[in-house]
Amino acid sequence: MYTQALDTHGKEPVAAAAGESAAHALRFQSRVDADEKIEPKDWMPDAYRQTLIRQISQHAHSEIVGMLPEGNWITRAPSLRRKAVLIAKVQDEGGHGMYLYSAAETLGVTRDQLFEQLLSGVAKYSSIFNYPTLTWADVGAIGWLVDGAAIMNQIPICRCSYGPYARAMVRICKEESFHQRQGFEIMLTLAQGTPAQRLMAQEALNRWWWPSIMMFGPSDGESKHTAQSMRWKIKRFSNDELRQKFIDVTVPQAHFLGLTIPDAQLRWDEATQHYIGGPIDWSEFNAVLKGNGPCNRERLQARRTAWEAGRWVREAASAHAAKSAARTTQAA
Amino acid sequence: MSDAGKTPVAAEWPLFEVFIRSRAGLEHKHVGSLHAADARMAVEHARDVYTRRQEGVSIWVVRSADVIASDPEEADALFEPARDKVYRHPTFYVIPEEVKNL
Amino acid sequence: MSPAVATAARADRALNEALLRYVLRLGDTSLVLGQRLGEWVGHAPTLEEDLGLANLALDLIGQARLLLTYAGEIEGRERDEDALAYLRDAPEFFNLALAEQPNGDFGCTIVRQWLLDAWQLEIYAGLQESTDSRLAAIAAKALKETRYHYRFSSGWLVRLGDGTAESHERVQRAVDQLWRFTSELFAPDEVDERMASAGIAPSLSTAEVRWSAHMDEDLRAATLKRPAAQPYPWHGKRGVHTEHLGYVLAEMQHLQRTYPGARW
Repeated sequence: MYTQALDTHGKEPVAAAAGESAAHALRFQSRVDADEKIEPKDWMPDAYRQTLIRQISQHAHSEIVGMLPEGNWITRAPSLRRKAVLIAKVQDEGGHGMYLYSAAETLGVTRDQLFEQLLSGVAKYSSIFNYPTLTWADVGAIGWLVDGAAIMNQIPICRCSYGPYARAMVRICKEESFHQRQGFEIMLTLAQGTPAQRLMAQEALNRWWWPSIMMFGPSDGESKHTAQSMRWKIKRFSNDELRQKFIDVTVPQAHFLGLTIPDAQLRWDEATQHYIGGPIDWSEFNAVLKGNGPCNRERLQARRTAWEAGRWVREAASAHAAKSAARTTQAA
Repeated sequence: MSDAGKTPVAAEWPLFEVFIRSRAGLEHKHVGSLHAADARMAVEHARDVYTRRQEGVSIWVVRSADVIASDPEEADALFEPARDKVYRHPTFYVIPEEVKNL
Repeated sequence: MSPAVATAARADRALNEALLRYVLRLGDTSLVLGQRLGEWVGHAPTLEEDLGLANLALDLIGQARLLLTYAGEIEGRERDEDALAYLRDAPEFFNLALAEQPNGDFGCTIVRQWLLDAWQLEIYAGLQESTDSRLAAIAAKALKETRYHYRFSSGWLVRLGDGTAESHERVQRAVDQLWRFTSELFAPDEVDERMASAGIAPSLSTAEVRWSAHMDEDLRAATLKRPAAQPYPWHGKRGVHTEHLGYVLAEMQHLQRTYPGARW
């Protein structure tokens, strides 16, 4: 899971820092223009490196914070099949976080450093995970809408100019294809279930619709990194393009479920062949981004608690490895 | 990143590169990396992280620090000289069509 | 019906009852342990360990599904895996009490896992030779999974025991605390005896000797002490549980209980 809204909240990248040779910079841009991949040890502008570190690590943080809202429901999943699917899904999110941290590490940062940035609140992660999962239907809605939006965002990144990031995304997209389907299946089962289940599904859609379409980030006019990121081929489509695409494919799915999209102004526009929705309330998005969402504190606290509680375990494994190595040396 | 000092970076488990043989008959291929405290754990983590969907039948792990890589700055010197040796490829040679089995 | 046929039918029924109870014990133990491991996902000491614990949980839930489905068929009352998992109360659960013990810290989870992995290793190995072909097939699959589980948990036991002073102390405490639940693992009752004499299940005394050898070997490598055997007041496999199981089930079953008859 991921949102490209994240890359709007760092320092403005500078095209070429002082001291970087203009020849290197030119050669770099011409390689990117020719759709060549950039690999870890290749020369790259520092701003490109920093942008990637920020974007990939925020993406990784989103994956592992994203384990929490759905992870809540593992112990309460209403059938053993659903329980197994949910464990596998949440496990995948962890795996995706790992692939992404690995990609970021090729740029010269360590995972511990990135974790520190997350736990200290410096780094951002996708706001969507600061919303609570209140009923089982939220697990369905997250798979259907949040993963649906994520896939839309992520497929273009498979062609991103940075090799390790692109390769991680290929693997992630391949694995995520079941996530959205299992979410829709949950929604479908609820929509065809008892009146109480139907209501549960509708209320989950009501809760997750707007946050999901906000996942694509601010409108193009407001997004300050889009142009540079597009030139670097870190980003391939604008926020609004992707958002429109998501709305166009999702609205008919909601109709199939017999559920109502919580947007009274939503209409089909014959001229443009698109669904046009009402205005987005960005004040809510910004509030959540600033830390005032329903679960910001809980999510970070859960990550911190796990990290702190695991410290003695990590230290023990390092200590044992050192002792074993010393014993082997001694024996030799 | 003012808080980074809180965690001693030296305590971080070392990074390993993971190579997977997807099935017998194929070579091991690089799939990614992970952290582990020791070699046994690295194999277990590689299994848990990179073979969840039957991606492999064999795993290699190598400490990332032990991988020796060529320098991209030397790429021209290392790889360009092979470029004009087209006579190494079978398509370089023109053989009349009626000659078979060549 | 002649007296001889009636006696044979009674014996068949009794064997069937015992088989049902035996399969539920295995299935419930996997289910409850898998449920406990599910609590870890997202909260493990490292990301890699999150994935590792989730894999154990998935294997165990998978075993539970196969076993409970089979139990439902033996019972013949049209209860499927979910009816058995979600609509029985604690006294009708027959898992080993060790499986329901809380996760505690990572060391405690590893010790619980290691004790049960080594137990499952022997039970599943024996069940491969079962005269009940269905159980033999389930055991053959589960044994492969369990070999990995045991590799994982015994590896961690050694790392923690032989790690730092703190980890050594924590994991020794976990061993001391959980050891009392191990006497139930190999204490045979009439169900076990009936299964063994019918060639359905392995003898618990042989399994215990091998399990015990694993314990000694791993504890030595981990520089840990083996506690003395303790008598136990819990008989999870007879439906007499610790207080913990009720909470596990309350959480696990709440949707099925709140919306009776709904499909999910």
